[in-house]
Amino acid sequence: MKIKTTEIVDTFAEAFKMWGSRIIITAETRQWALAAAQSMTGFATSVIGCKCEAGIERELSVDETPDQRPGISVLLFAMDMEGLGKRLVERVGQCVMTCPTTACFNGLESEHTVMVGGQLRYFGDGHQLSKNLDGQRLWRIPVMDGEFLVSESFGVQPAVGGGNILILGKDLGTTLKAANAATKAMHAIAGVILPFPDGVVRSGSKVGSKYKTLIASTNDAYCPTLRGVTEQSAVVADANCVLEIVIDGLDVNAVESAMRVGLHAAVKPGIKQITAGNYGGNLGQFKIYLKNLVD
Amino acid sequence: MSLNLILHTLPEVPLEAALLRPDTITGMNESAIAGIKVMHGNQPACVGDFFKVTGKANGEMHLEGDLARIKHLGANMTSGQMIIHGNAGVHLGTGMSGGEIIVDGDAADWVGPEMSGGRIIVKGSAGHLVGSAYRGSTKGMLGGEIIIHGNVKNETGHAMRNGLIIVGGNSGDFTGVNMLAGTIVVLGEMGIRSGAGMKRGTIVSMHQAEMLPTFSYSCLYHPTYLGMLLQHVAKTGLKISNQHLQGQYQRWCGDSVEFNRGEILIYQE
Repeated sequence: MKIKTTEIVDTFAEAFKMWGSRIIITAETRQWALAAAQSMTGFATSVIGCKCEAGIERELSVDETPDQRPGISVLLFAMDMEGLGKRLVERVGQCVMTCPTTACFNGLESEHTVMVGGQLRYFGDGHQLSKNLDGQRLWRIPVMDGEFLVSESFGVQPAVGGGNILILGKDLGTTLKAANAATKAMHAIAGVILPFPDGVVRSGSKVGSKYKTLIASTNDAYCPTLRGVTEQSAVVADANCVLEIVIDGLDVNAVESAMRVGLHAAVKPGIKQITAGNYGGNLGQFKIYLKNLVD
Repeated sequence: MSLNLILHTLPEVPLEAALLRPDTITGMNESAIAGIKVMHGNQPACVGDFFKVTGKANGEMHLEGDLARIKHLGANMTSGQMIIHGNAGVHLGTGMSGGEIIVDGDAADWVGPEMSGGRIIVKGSAGHLVGSAYRGSTKGMLGGEIIIHGNVKNETGHAMRNGLIIVGGNSGDFTGVNMLAGTIVVLGEMGIRSGAGMKRGTIVSMHQAEMLPTFSYSCLYHPTYLGMLLQHVAKTGLKISNQHLQGQYQRWCGDSVEFNRGEILIYQE
């Protein structure tokens, strides 16, 4: 398959079941909301090393937030519901509650919920107050600039992690430009995040390692520097750089939509091939075929 | 077509009409509704002795006339809508847990005592003890909302445990007396001794108020929660200005004769 001069490999991205949540962070100004969101989504690139994956979904206008202040929507994913609850408590507590003027609201209606504000309230040392408003319970926790307002519980739902495309370009500059175009297009899709730095990952990994203690190691098949030494290099001729974009979403349709727009946006002169990472279909619960995204 | 009850005979003494509620009469025909037993003072009577009944009982019920002598309207209601075109008598919506009562007039004392859910809207004023506990009872309103567009008299929210009371006008003395939790918003002026004996809960006033000496001043700030609450109030049709939405509020903590965990928030003009 080809789009213009770029080959699209007939393969699939292997994605995994995760659990997802949406967190609405608001603050007096966009600056502080963004600061909290960036803090909360820092060190959340991969469940392998960070226990969760998170990213900014989009900015929210004052008309879209519960308290009519500037806001940021964050999506956070973990491998199971219990783990997601723990990560939310940690990150809302350490990254949002600590940030001046912020408030934090549940942004996902779901039959499944995890306790977040209901745990963080104990920071109030008995001075916390709870309020019911419009069917949801909020906690007011006294802090040094006034109060931190947080939803008692957050909705969580089964989600999808690990959607991906791999962009193989003739050089670093061309591949970066294509990856940037792809991430920009993907950011327009609701319900997805790109957990790696600015949405792009260069250190794609494979399962296992020659070192017994490691569960993952560099994806040597896609390292251009190893084309001459690795037995099964997947780096095509004339490609000298490979960048990956990983997508997590609240459902498989959102991930597929993001992959579709990203794939088309990444097609540029000098991009030799676009493919996707998988484990032979043996690990993930979802297979997203690139051939279905080409049209 | 909804059910209509038009008052044709004014009761000489209070009429006990606790059985007049939209949830329990759904499906009944006009004659069955007219035959519902009520107490006229200490004498048994029927709804039809006082009301002309027309329409179908489908969960929505309209009552027309001056019902100031009719007690316990909507008592223990669980669902449906009761719309009163006129004044309502005492004990309106006693113990209700769901549904909505709208009074297009004034209501007497004891609006929504010990209610646990649903909503009561009074477009005029109301009397004493809105959302309160009955005498001897430890807990007043347990949930739901009471919205009074006009003024209320004394002891609004007495011993309330949860829920929201909004007063568009002024409130009398002892607003939130013995309050356990919940929220009272008074857009007009409050009388004296607000929050006396309160354990927890929030009283919000848009005007300066005389504070009991057992309340202590904490700070001037803008609670994020209050902005959300006032937006909710604005949705009920009461006017909330931008100054109130964005303004600074004094926070007073009390009552120190109790837990000292209650708060009175007063808009700083």
